[in-house]
Amino acid sequence: MPSQHRRIDVAGLVIALLLLALAGMVWWDMTKLQLLSPYDVGPKAMPVIVSIGLIILAIGNGIAALRGDLPERDSLDWKPIILILGGLACLIILIAIGGGFMIGTAILFATTSAAFGRRAFLVDLLIGAVIAVVVYLLFAKLLTLSLPAGPLEHLL
Amino acid sequence: MEAFVSLAQGLSVAIQPMNLLFALVGVLLGTAVGVLPGIGPALTVALLLPVTFKLDPAGSIIMFAGIYYGGMYGGSTTAILINTPGESASMATALEGNLMAKAGRGGPALATSAIGSFVAGTFATLGLALLAPYLVDLAVRFGPEDYFALMCVAFVTVSATFGDSPVRGLTSLFIGLLLGLVGIDILSGQSRLSFGVPELYDNIEVTTLAVGLFAVGEALYVASRRHVHEEKLEAVRGSLWMTKEDWKRSWKPWLRGTLFGFPIGALPAGGAEIPTFLSYATEKKLTKHPEDFGHGAIEGVAGPEAANNASAAGTLVPLLTLGLPTSATAAMMLAGFQQYGLNPGPLLFAEKPDLVWGLIASLFIANGMLLVLNLPLVGLWVRLLAIPQPWLYAGILVFATMGTIAANPSPVELIMLTVFGVLGFLMRRFDFPIAPVVVGLILGPVAESQLRRALSISLGDPMVLLQSPISATLLCIALIALVAPFVMKGLGRFKAVED
Repeated sequence: MPSQHRRIDVAGLVIALLLLALAGMVWWDMTKLQLLSPYDVGPKAMPVIVSIGLIILAIGNGIAALRGDLPERDSLDWKPIILILGGLACLIILIAIGGGFMIGTAILFATTSAAFGRRAFLVDLLIGAVIAVVVYLLFAKLLTLSLPAGPLEHLL
Repeated sequence: MEAFVSLAQGLSVAIQPMNLLFALVGVLLGTAVGVLPGIGPALTVALLLPVTFKLDPAGSIIMFAGIYYGGMYGGSTTAILINTPGESASMATALEGNLMAKAGRGGPALATSAIGSFVAGTFATLGLALLAPYLVDLAVRFGPEDYFALMCVAFVTVSATFGDSPVRGLTSLFIGLLLGLVGIDILSGQSRLSFGVPELYDNIEVTTLAVGLFAVGEALYVASRRHVHEEKLEAVRGSLWMTKEDWKRSWKPWLRGTLFGFPIGALPAGGAEIPTFLSYATEKKLTKHPEDFGHGAIEGVAGPEAANNASAAGTLVPLLTLGLPTSATAAMMLAGFQQYGLNPGPLLFAEKPDLVWGLIASLFIANGMLLVLNLPLVGLWVRLLAIPQPWLYAGILVFATMGTIAANPSPVELIMLTVFGVLGFLMRRFDFPIAPVVVGLILGPVAESQLRRALSISLGDPMVLLQSPISATLLCIALIALVAPFVMKGLGRFKAVED
């Protein structure tokens, strides 16, 4: 085995710890459940299975990380990830405060487009708005699905 | 032949003008969305699920079938022309198909994959129609413990047996099972893992999970590594039609691919990768033109593509007769049924024969429509590939978020979508398979309720799982399938062919 194969993978260890934390959360949640019927294994059985399974898998992933067995990864560019998640956050906040989905959708379109390397934010904002209007009319009027409405949507 | 009588009855449902229209719309939508790079059939169905949920059940399930088959056709077009297979099942097609496109033979590559898909789809759908009544007869004899054991087999084969790493596959599965716990437990009325959030009491929506993992996750992943990996579209040059030579070299691989694809898809063995790579390896061995492999051999497109489609139709066998999804796409189809409160399985065949057989009959019709649409219209679909990548992914995210809030108008649903998107990104980056998460979410609660039903009938005695011969056999198979990949390191080699 070449020496680089033996390097400890820190990200892999973090994954193993996260799995352990999830197992703990499932177990803790399970302890608050009550058994109602003496013959039924009840709502606790499955969480116990899942929790134990996650602990074993955390160990398995941990061993793989210590051995450096994880697959190769490319270098990571954080900027586009932040742009896309930022766009999603704008959309969520706008809908939560009753701003409707159209402005948020336009912003999401523009930030995603920027994340993929376009440098025409205002043009994309406009395109996003047009798409939002078309989809709104399609969903709300043709398919009678309700989308969260804000001031702009009431004009249509 | 009871199957043919039922099929004829189904055909009379499928050829009603409205249902033909639904099938046509499904086929068009499926191909159009499936052709977009990075969108496989599972995401195609997931994205279009919310759009259909106010429509008539029979019609929209026929539409799904069209979307499903259409997504498969569209996916192979993308695999051949850009070499970015939307899912692992198209990987084998992409190998030789993209080389053919680079050599200026993109037209015949698309044609052999379309006709091969038609041949395989038709034979496999026929297989489905013939096999379904027998399986239904068998399935009515299944007790809850047998169902539980069957699901254990599906869990193991989908996640551990044939993947690169059984540990990572099982990790994905258990994340899915964990997500399946969230919400109110129907049998006891208590909420689990809900933390007082009202949206979490109603369980996690399969569509939100699938769209998050596949659409948002894929967008984040592609964007994050755009600086290392650029996609390139091959133009379709020259004639679209296959020469006499092409036909001669294609028809046997089509039939052999079907023979690989259908049985493996119909067994709860998970995924279309195995039959496609088996078919690829077989064609490579049997070909009279071994010098072409590695430079664009038509057999290497015809065989795997037929295997891919036959196995897609094959997965409908356990899905319709047992309610058992064995691929991400089948899980999405199941979600489509559940959206209308329909549960596939032997009962559905007894209670709604018109719907089930109408669906099977409309699969034949959808398949025929796809052949007619795809050969002459392929130029139109290819133009969809010319959409600039920034707009394409921006559009996908806009549609994904809108579909999600249209189904559940709440910002919490969008937060979940985002969280699943980040999860999907991390899973891609660290090479965890995605399909077991979706299968775990949708099948976990079903397996739990079957287990609890079995144990309450036996008054809590767990030996009931081993006393039924069916259940004992199935649990043995599950155990072997779980241990095998740890003992024999070779099972993952089907995937290694891609290098």
